[in-house]
Amino acid sequence: MEQSFATKSAFRFGYGFSPTERDATDIDALMAQLRGPDLGVAQFSGPMLDERLAIQRAYQQLRNTMKKGDESVKPELKKATRLRNRMRGDDTRHLFQRAMMDGQGFRERIAFFWMDHFTVIPKGRAGNALWGNYIEEGLRPHIASSFGDLLVSAVTHPSMLIYLDQVKSFGPNSPVGKRKKQGLNENLAREVLELHTMGVGGAYTQSDVRQLAELLTGLDFSKDGAKFSKRKAEPGAETVLGKTYGGDPARRSHIESFLRDVARHPDTARHITRKLAVHFVSDTPEQSLIDHMTQVFRNTDGDLPSVYGAMLDHPSAWEVLGQKTKQPFDFMVSSYRALGVTPQDFIEPPNGQINKRLILPMQFMGQPLRKAPGPNGWPEEAEAWITPQGLAGRLQWCLSTTTRWGQELDPRDFIQTALRELSGGTLKFAVAGAERRVEGLTLVLASPEFNRR
Amino acid sequence: MDTSRRKFLAQTLALGCSAAASPLVTPVTFASIPSDNRLVVIVLRGAMDGLDVCAPLGDPLFSQYRPGLTKRGFRDLDGYFALNENLGDLMPLWKAGELGFVQAVSTPYRDKRSHFDGQDLLEAGLAESDSKVRDSGWINRMLSLIPGAEQDSAFSVGRENMLILRGDFPVTSWAPESRVDMSPHGQLLLDMIYEKDPLFAQAGQTAMTLAAQLSMAQMEGDIDDADGEMMAEMLKSMKSSQAAQQASGLATFAAERLKEDTRFATFSIGGWDTHLRQDRAIKNASKELQAALLTLHDQLGPVWDKTCVLCLTEFGRTVRENGSGGTDHGTGGAMIMAGGAIKGRKVYGDWPGLDDAALYEQRDLMPTADLRRYAGWAAHDLFGLSVAQIESTVFPGVDMFQNPGFLR
Repeated sequence: MEQSFATKSAFRFGYGFSPTERDATDIDALMAQLRGPDLGVAQFSGPMLDERLAIQRAYQQLRNTMKKGDESVKPELKKATRLRNRMRGDDTRHLFQRAMMDGQGFRERIAFFWMDHFTVIPKGRAGNALWGNYIEEGLRPHIASSFGDLLVSAVTHPSMLIYLDQVKSFGPNSPVGKRKKQGLNENLAREVLELHTMGVGGAYTQSDVRQLAELLTGLDFSKDGAKFSKRKAEPGAETVLGKTYGGDPARRSHIESFLRDVARHPDTARHITRKLAVHFVSDTPEQSLIDHMTQVFRNTDGDLPSVYGAMLDHPSAWEVLGQKTKQPFDFMVSSYRALGVTPQDFIEPPNGQINKRLILPMQFMGQPLRKAPGPNGWPEEAEAWITPQGLAGRLQWCLSTTTRWGQELDPRDFIQTALRELSGGTLKFAVAGAERRVEGLTLVLASPEFNRR
Repeated sequence: MDTSRRKFLAQTLALGCSAAASPLVTPVTFASIPSDNRLVVIVLRGAMDGLDVCAPLGDPLFSQYRPGLTKRGFRDLDGYFALNENLGDLMPLWKAGELGFVQAVSTPYRDKRSHFDGQDLLEAGLAESDSKVRDSGWINRMLSLIPGAEQDSAFSVGRENMLILRGDFPVTSWAPESRVDMSPHGQLLLDMIYEKDPLFAQAGQTAMTLAAQLSMAQMEGDIDDADGEMMAEMLKSMKSSQAAQQASGLATFAAERLKEDTRFATFSIGGWDTHLRQDRAIKNASKELQAALLTLHDQLGPVWDKTCVLCLTEFGRTVRENGSGGTDHGTGGAMIMAGGAIKGRKVYGDWPGLDDAALYEQRDLMPTADLRRYAGWAAHDLFGLSVAQIESTVFPGVDMFQNPGFLR
């Protein structure tokens, strides 16, 4: 059967159907989600940066006091521990809740794309406390702005500085570097060029990496958040990609001007648009789609809504579904939505439930949240996800989730809610022939039709 | 065995499962693999610092380059190179001639120093990164050349779908913790809906048949359970899966298969990207590697004598310590070999020295040999592949040069 616009947009550019959502009627309806306010963060978000740091600091201080043998703080520590763990659980819950919302699918898919593009694997105490803020304040406010804005915000956020060792990089000739006898760490500089902007095929050299590492010195983070430490910055100007930046005194704005330049580089345009096309449309997208998006990226200096629009305007974005498979997060969110589970169903569950219902299953399916394989994020290709063990994880989760949420559903109706015209005769036959409801619902959710997009 | 017989068997086996399951063929299958040797490849992800693992303490320049990293203990190997103390429990293997190293090797990958491209090239076994690089891995191509090899001949262990085994030759991958709780009828229906989608059909089949065959997941549990119990089950299996994700768990599983028909096993150990405080950072990965090698040694029993383990990494790290007590991405590195089939207690390779002029781009250890050459000679000596087959199919473009003779 002919695949409708509503079905294609729900599967390819959203988190699938929910029984309570109105169908998207045209491309403008999708784009409108990005023009409006961030409804997800408005409803589901954690504390701001300073509050997070305060919670972490209070916990740490009480722990130190306790370690020194002062038992009197025990009840306080217990409370502080709960607060800290609660924040972490909430960050996970909010991620799911936002994605499960009706009417926000495209925006949420875009937000997830950027979270993956600018992967941060939280490291250490501060890293974990800040992770949710990185997504909510560091990334999401900029996903409908220019790529340059997003890049500056992501790369200079404390989470990123901690994750890619920038806070441990010192200008070898800077006052602090000389005193501590410490020097450069290339980690962030390399990933900015290789992963965040130009891509590994880009026209940069080892010397660019080195010079950029020098330029980035000074980016720092303290208990109050991001800051610029002049005394860590390497003196003198740096030449990256043939252009000279900085000079004395070193300023954060020098780094920003480099980031804004590289954000407009043709290699960056190609790299970013290719990644978007691969994430949304196909593991092997048509060259004409990438060319079209790249053209728009370059004409608009990386205006992201224009680039998304270029993707949606291209005919290959509306080819027949099935070229990609859902990653475990997308699979779980779209399953919940199809089952009629709403974001409100996840309000205030005890932390143990978050662990069991959200964190462990993702681990089981091969996508442990907060633990991507590296700064390059999760793999895209279908073969990476539909493995024997990954599929076993999905099946097992389907069985337990439909047991929990699907007792009232008739599998023969559910197949219609979840798949509409995508359900083939074989699947309908199999679902109708299942010996129990739970298995029938599981067959729908575990089917290639539901897992492909 | 004469060639016509071998050819016949190869054709029979090409029929797949049904032929392999026939009692007539099964015992011959075993013999028809021309070799009883085993190859285990451990991919060390993140760029292992070969200079810290097998450290050239004999060169006075070394401690000048790495004042912080040469402060702690090393175990002397041959008077010039010394073993990182975190791998100290491997000394008995070294003394028994069952542990060795190759220094100053690398893949043909140069200059961009990207983990991901470097690992792709290492696993693909190709000289150049192009669009085909993720199509097939070198172990898969090697298998296709071995008469009598079948699906169970090679295993990738763990959750990863490793490129090194990917390709046209059917291989099996398995993580010990996977299990499926569908009723038998539900499984049949599942087979039916997967039938027309090869990706799902293959993964689904393997998931279910292996769950039954291997009895690795002996978790009881019934889907009639209430949600809480179901999840508690999952929690339990998750815990066992976390344990199994440890390298020793993977090695145990690999050893079980290697004691039977499996001739190749591969898995990976991450955590080698030590930009920061390497003295501490390298500890975990080293301990994992050590545990994996010792587990293989302990569990393989007599099969250990027929086993060659190669530990490969995408590239080495900078000769000099960086500004934060770590090292950055480099070029030339080391390869670790272990097993009763190797002639160990030796550091192989053509050591280029550490003078500034001898370094690659004045920063990295100069690679003096293609590490594919060593892997190629392992394929030659263990499985009888010809030099021409290796140079054209397994590692296209490699120059095999002379046999370094590291196998017994």
